[in-house]
Amino acid sequence: MMRLPPFRLLRPRTAAEAAGLLASSGTDTLAVAGGTDLYPNMKRRQVTPRTLVSLRGIDELRGCRAGEDGELRIGAGTTLRQLVADPVVTSHAPALARAAALVSSPQVRTVATVGGNLCIDTRCNYYDLPEGWRASIGFCLKAGSDVCRVAPGGERCWAISSSDLAPVAVALDAHVRLVGAGGERMLPAAELYEDDGIRYLGKRPDEILADVIVPPGRGLRATYRKVRQRGSIDFPLLGVAAAVRTSEDGACEEARIVLGAVASRPVRCLEAEQALAGRRLEPGAIEAAAELAAAVAKPMENTDLTPLYRKRMVQVHVTRALAELTELG
Amino acid sequence: MSELSVVGTRRPKVDAVAKVTGRARYTDDLRAPRMLAAKLLRSSRTHARIVRLDVSHALALPGVHAVLTGADLPIAYGILPVSQDEHALALEKVRYAGEPVAAVAADDEETAERALALVEVEYEDLPAVMSIEQALAVGAAAVHEERPTNVHRAAALEFGDVDGGFEAADHVREDIFFVHGNTHVPLEEHATLAEWDGSKLTMHTSTQVPHYLQRALERVLELPTSRIRVIVPALGGGFGGKCDPFSHELTAAKLAIVTGRPVKIALTREEVFYAHRGRHPVLMRVRSGFARDGRITAMEFRCLLDGGAYGSYGAASMLYTGALQTTTYAIPAYRFEGLRAYTTKPPCGPKRGHGTPQPRFALECHLDKVAEELGLDPIELRRRNLVEPFSWTVNHLRITSCALEECIDRVVEASGFEEKRGRLPHGRGVGFAVSAYMSGAGLPIYANELPQSEVQIKVDRGGGVTVYSMATDIGQGSDSVLAYLTAEVLGLEPADVAVVSADTDLTPIDLGSYSSRVTFMAGNAAVEAAERMRALVLGAVAEQLGLPLDRLVLRGGRALDPGDPESGVPWVEAIRIAAASRGPLVTAGSYRPPDLAGPYKGAGVGPSPAYSFSAAVVEVDCDPETGEVRVEKVWVAHDVGRALNPLLVEGQIEGSVYMALGEALLENHAFRDGVHLGPSLLDYKTPTALDMPEVVSIVVESDDPEGPFGAKEVGQGVLLPVIPAVANAVHDALGVRVDEVPITADKVIRALRQGRVGPKRLPDFPFRDAVRVDPPAQWRAAP
Ligand SMILES: Cc1cc2nc3c(=O)[nH]c(=O)nc-3n(C[C@H](O)[C@H](O)[C@H](O)COP(=O)(O)OP(=O)(O)OC[C@H]3O[C@@H](n4cnc5c(N)ncnc54)[C@H](O)[C@@H]3O)c2cc1C
Ligand code: SF4
Repeated sequence: MMRLPPFRLLRPRTAAEAAGLLASSGTDTLAVAGGTDLYPNMKRRQVTPRTLVSLRGIDELRGCRAGEDGELRIGAGTTLRQLVADPVVTSHAPALARAAALVSSPQVRTVATVGGNLCIDTRCNYYDLPEGWRASIGFCLKAGSDVCRVAPGGERCWAISSSDLAPVAVALDAHVRLVGAGGERMLPAAELYEDDGIRYLGKRPDEILADVIVPPGRGLRATYRKVRQRGSIDFPLLGVAAAVRTSEDGACEEARIVLGAVASRPVRCLEAEQALAGRRLEPGAIEAAAELAAAVAKPMENTDLTPLYRKRMVQVHVTRALAELTELG
Repeated sequence: MSELSVVGTRRPKVDAVAKVTGRARYTDDLRAPRMLAAKLLRSSRTHARIVRLDVSHALALPGVHAVLTGADLPIAYGILPVSQDEHALALEKVRYAGEPVAAVAADDEETAERALALVEVEYEDLPAVMSIEQALAVGAAAVHEERPTNVHRAAALEFGDVDGGFEAADHVREDIFFVHGNTHVPLEEHATLAEWDGSKLTMHTSTQVPHYLQRALERVLELPTSRIRVIVPALGGGFGGKCDPFSHELTAAKLAIVTGRPVKIALTREEVFYAHRGRHPVLMRVRSGFARDGRITAMEFRCLLDGGAYGSYGAASMLYTGALQTTTYAIPAYRFEGLRAYTTKPPCGPKRGHGTPQPRFALECHLDKVAEELGLDPIELRRRNLVEPFSWTVNHLRITSCALEECIDRVVEASGFEEKRGRLPHGRGVGFAVSAYMSGAGLPIYANELPQSEVQIKVDRGGGVTVYSMATDIGQGSDSVLAYLTAEVLGLEPADVAVVSADTDLTPIDLGSYSSRVTFMAGNAAVEAAERMRALVLGAVAEQLGLPLDRLVLRGGRALDPGDPESGVPWVEAIRIAAASRGPLVTAGSYRPPDLAGPYKGAGVGPSPAYSFSAAVVEVDCDPETGEVRVEKVWVAHDVGRALNPLLVEGQIEGSVYMALGEALLENHAFRDGVHLGPSLLDYKTPTALDMPEVVSIVVESDDPEGPFGAKEVGQGVLLPVIPAVANAVHDALGVRVDEVPITADKVIRALRQGRVGPKRLPDFPFRDAVRVDPPAQWRAAP
């Protein structure tokens, strides 16, 4: 990998100021938080911004608070290491803490942030390599050429949504507060993402992700499972986030099953969720839901291990996630 | 040997503190005044003719001092005299994506990078050749056009009556295996700093073999070796990956000469994957015959190696895939057919265990299958065939000290293997395997009759001892070992002994750190030099004090009569006495292994003055739904002759287990569409600390008669049994076979569905009739 290309670093003190800088400086300006995603991408010359707007000095992005109603607010600048250890998080949204603990390595988690995690670039093993390597395969759509190496027939990029937090945020029905140059707005976490490996975020480039808001749990139980080859460092080959709320008699009132790393955005398994509605979380129901979930996943040949294997694992891990939630109940 | 005070004691390496505190200086830490930075332009094509190469724009860039192309370094080289097929920069053709094509020296790396982008290369693509099958296919593109086929080397050898052995067998079994190939991943990326003062070239470089590099520089630069000095600074791991002369070394040297300024090249991690020289992918077929009681009557191995674009050590690697099977089992008749093919990938070469882990994986899995078929306990099957200490193998290898049986006993007992095998719950299993490895290759890389290691010792007036040796400490601890051995002989502490190593101007010859040769060979030379120093000092002291020489010893920093602890003089006084009467206190020792090569072509590969032996048990926990294999615990017993420092031995054992588990379960040096699949530490999966199980290291000492204080090899051999033990454990756990490594989760799932995952056939190749070699005269068929 090459060294970082030279860039100018701006250090705003507020989110609005940061958004203003991003809006006014044009396309070669990007936000940076921990930099654990952006800097490697710059070293590989996937992006070469001339200016970076650092979010690290912005106080309002820090800290996690729970409201009296149980609503949890996580500042986007919270590091994953803080998230894992914060008692407010581990009591209100343990699944989020669990997912954060499964991100990369302790070193990376020490600087990596929640906001950065939700916004990381999509990944593809035809793309996430140094420039010279990408040149030797003739580049690809995401790198500015006119063909996708994974699905050469198509018009789109299938790079993989690889955030460990994103599927959990969607499963918890979290919202994000975005601060843009023209004001702020709330967006459901699910709508933060587009099904496109290149334009993967459903927000404007100047919008700063300020908070993640997790609604009050009210009996919602959630978990996250991650498939990777090694015990540390690796991005997910599959992420399964599941959240269920059951009634007194054990019938499923609400279920959300969200897959990570099977498409360019987190994928909700709506049919599987519907199949669980009103049913007790018993092996038969779980198995049926897991099968439906696997049908949704369309992994491609652009990360480790085979697509067939990764698809098979959807069923296994959705089953296990739901079984875990049964035990928790 | 109850008198030993250093040998056998646990202590940190002599450079441990410098390394963990960051004080150690590696090649890339070095700066020279007026130093330039150089970068290599690497081929973006897998296999192509270079139609046009124009460096004028690059040369015109301000800050650029020189640009080289293949024409500037036209002389071919290669580590083995039989394979001089590499060029520092591609001449007319590129043979793998990542092959160096041009080199730029500039004020700094950024300028050099920018200049690389200005080099214009026009390629005419040729068909890629990416596997053994493709290389051997009819009509395959020729990787080296001057050769009729893509076969780099082939050999067929037969020892004893193989056909007769198979005829006499009650049971014959054949299996096919594949090892995907993997790479070393040293923590330190290769780096070189070259300086030219107008008449002499000085190279600081991360090499395991300064002497061989000096020879390659001599050849390519046409400079006498007296004008070439190679120095190896602290080195961050090699594992065989720094045993070849490399493009970046030759080009840095040439650039220094051309510009008259120091030139540094530091490879990126990506480039290290292209420099490679790692484990060959090998497709193997093993067939063996057994008597009803489990005794081997004959064995046959066919090994097809995917060599990559150049020869490197490949001619030897190929023979190694056949050579050492006989060192653990008394095989009465043995046939080997081996072939190494050129492909359009980075060249393969020696990696820890050089050519022997692949067939060992095949052999040990094969034996487990045989045992199952014969209804025999897998360990009992091996016991019935064990090689005897102080015997000869059918292919002319001399076995000396051998505690293989003790290794088996100890590891089986410690692990509870017999109680666990076949009895653990579904998904859990244990596997077993054994191996042996050389304590140094018996023959040098280029034929010569000279010592393979020399050591000088100098003692100064303050009593300080300096040991000079070209042996290269690549992190394995060779500097430490030389200090321990010298201190032991001279009755001193290792801290009193300075080691100057790996500098071709200052130190006498050692062939380098490969084939586990340094402790045995440089160690023996150091012991000889130290013993001569002891004789010299004690002779002078005996004379001066009027004591009989045979009563004097050096111990605890004194020259004394052990029967009279009050007697004698302190070491410093002894030195003064000796210097006064004997002149300069300088001695030397050397070592050359005995002539052990058998009477056939190819016999140079395999002989060693001693072999280490090892046995391993691996316990795994496999998830039958996900196919994930978790290694719970590894037990290894290693006959190292004598542990000069048990702490270092255990470190080598644990490191070997780590590397073996990576190869067994994760690592795959893979290519897609002609290009490396993932030349990065994120894509290429070496295990993390969390993937490492508990390792129980059992050190077995057989006290080798020829090794320094009885020591033999440690550091390579014990990697070998771990890989097949993992495969055998997966079989015990799940009842299915993955006959190829790495055994990744997706393969386990496939195996669970279809019973076995692995290669089904070998491509046809018309080997010549095997050369028949009679067993050595000392060979005795088992009674
Ligand atoms: C070796 C390695 C392994 C990794 N493994 C994993 C893994 O297993 N799972 C995983 O999820 N991630 C992984 N990552 C990716 C990354 O480290 C994490 O996702 C991390 O949380 C990113 O946070 P950051 O603050 O460092 O992001 P940055 O790199 O600072 O930013 C990432 C992107 O988000 C944008 N951004 C950052 N903050 C904001 C904000 N507040 N508002 C708007 N945009 C913003 C940036 O402009 C940039 O485009 C890995 C990275 C490495 C280097
Ligand atoms: S999915 Fe296709 S376009 Fe997208 S990064 Fe991969 S190869 Fe490129």
